[in-house]
Amino acid sequence: MIELIEETAEATSIVLDLPDRQRHRAGQHVDVRLTAEDGYEAQRSYSIASAPEDAYLVLTVERLDDGEVSPYLVDTLRPGDELELRGPIGGYFVWEEVLGGPLLLVAGGSGVVPLRAMLRHHQAVGSTIPVRLLYSVKSLDDVIYRDELMGMAADDEIDVRLTLTREQPEGWRGYARRIDQELLADVAWPPSEGPLTYVCGPTSFVEVAANALVGLGHDPGRIRTERFGPTGG
Amino acid sequence: MSPLSRAFRGRRRSDADPARIPPGQYVTDDFPVLSAGPTPHRPLETWSFTIQGSIDEPVSWTWEQLQALPSETITTDIHCVTKWSKLDTVWTGVSLDTLLDDVETSAEYVTAFSDGGYTTNLPLEDATGGKAWIAYAFDGEPLAPEHGGPARLLVPHLYFWKSAKWVRGLELRNEDEPGFWESYGYHNYGDPWREQRYAGD
Amino acid sequence: MDALDGNAIAGVLFEVFGAEMTTSAAVCANCGARAPAAELAVYLRAPGTVARCRTCMSVLMVLVTIHERTCVDLRGLDTLEIPASRGPSGWG
Repeated sequence: MIELIEETAEATSIVLDLPDRQRHRAGQHVDVRLTAEDGYEAQRSYSIASAPEDAYLVLTVERLDDGEVSPYLVDTLRPGDELELRGPIGGYFVWEEVLGGPLLLVAGGSGVVPLRAMLRHHQAVGSTIPVRLLYSVKSLDDVIYRDELMGMAADDEIDVRLTLTREQPEGWRGYARRIDQELLADVAWPPSEGPLTYVCGPTSFVEVAANALVGLGHDPGRIRTERFGPTGG
Repeated sequence: MSPLSRAFRGRRRSDADPARIPPGQYVTDDFPVLSAGPTPHRPLETWSFTIQGSIDEPVSWTWEQLQALPSETITTDIHCVTKWSKLDTVWTGVSLDTLLDDVETSAEYVTAFSDGGYTTNLPLEDATGGKAWIAYAFDGEPLAPEHGGPARLLVPHLYFWKSAKWVRGLELRNEDEPGFWESYGYHNYGDPWREQRYAGD
Repeated sequence: MDALDGNAIAGVLFEVFGAEMTTSAAVCANCGARAPAAELAVYLRAPGTVARCRTCMSVLMVLVTIHERTCVDLRGLDTLEIPASRGPSGWG
């Protein structure tokens, strides 16, 4: 591990310099395994936040107060420490330019992490495929990669829309509610344009978003989902 | 052998009395929610508990009838096969001795069955003699659906997968039949003190 | 409890099958529904890992690691199309 970057109060990026690093695909994850001196082990999956083209492998970890692995990664791990990883893993929730678009990315909370890898990859390869990111988050302070996303929004190909579900700054003109069918109808390309959609977030968020898109007439076969939630115990 | 993670301990307590911790277990203060399927939400009006199988006539209790039976409050340690143990948990429910009191059977085994299709098996003698309960409260509060409510089996002397969540009844059997996890390679009996996690342990 | 999905077991499936499995199509023996393994409803917080059909919630796959050996039960599956391409795996 070479660096920790505090993205928000709850999310921290862990920058890793891997020996024999295998090129990953945008959207993939790694499994992280921690082993205590007495042999006790804990394992969790984390999405890769960096593009395959980036110099280092970056994981962005949401620190869960009652978690077992994330507090260690955020509070205890120091630059120079080693981390045991398996991966890169997954072949379904990945985007590459050959898969085409237009590309609709729908993120709930830290579900933005693998989608950010896709956005960075899109930029790194100079893709001209239109992209829209719809990012649902509690407040502006909880927006992970805020400056980077604002920078991307200036890109002609990338359209970034936020919905702030709990707290909005004064004068906020964006969306201010939980995701629903009407909001998705507003943001998504019409089904006739056949967007390729990636939805990532907590299980309940993914169910709502995917069902709403299917309800709007989008082809379920063009909607790829990834759910996250507690996995220990 | 995995490389060690510097200063990693996990979320475990170290101040527990070792004599109370079965081999390979770690003490936790949380109550992890484990489940192999979706959480059923059974309305109490349609809930019943049935003892069937090797018995002349199946016997059933409605929720109200179960509540009217004498209850017990038990303080006990529980041990999950995924290696956490939780000490001094407090449950309220009806002893299976009370439910099996009037039952005439030649069965030597029982299979507990639950909403959602889960099953687990145990010898009848492990379900009687003050060792097992139908628990409907935890810490004095109604048992939450995520922890098996409205009622779960409580057999704390065996690994906790035997304490079937969302339990709806017992099938009395003359022959033993593996339940859900038992059929996938977990130990048929599951004594935490003999670390019987998997078949053959 | 909320289910995760098959993406969460991509790592262990790779170890078991020696191939990326989440894009493979799983057909439910109970209801016939066909879906990418990535879209199965997966329950990780249990003694073993259970993957269910998202349409009828039947158990399709159960993975249990017994003393360093992972046993996979597929009795709930009608078919599983294993992709021919192979990618990287293994701890490092």
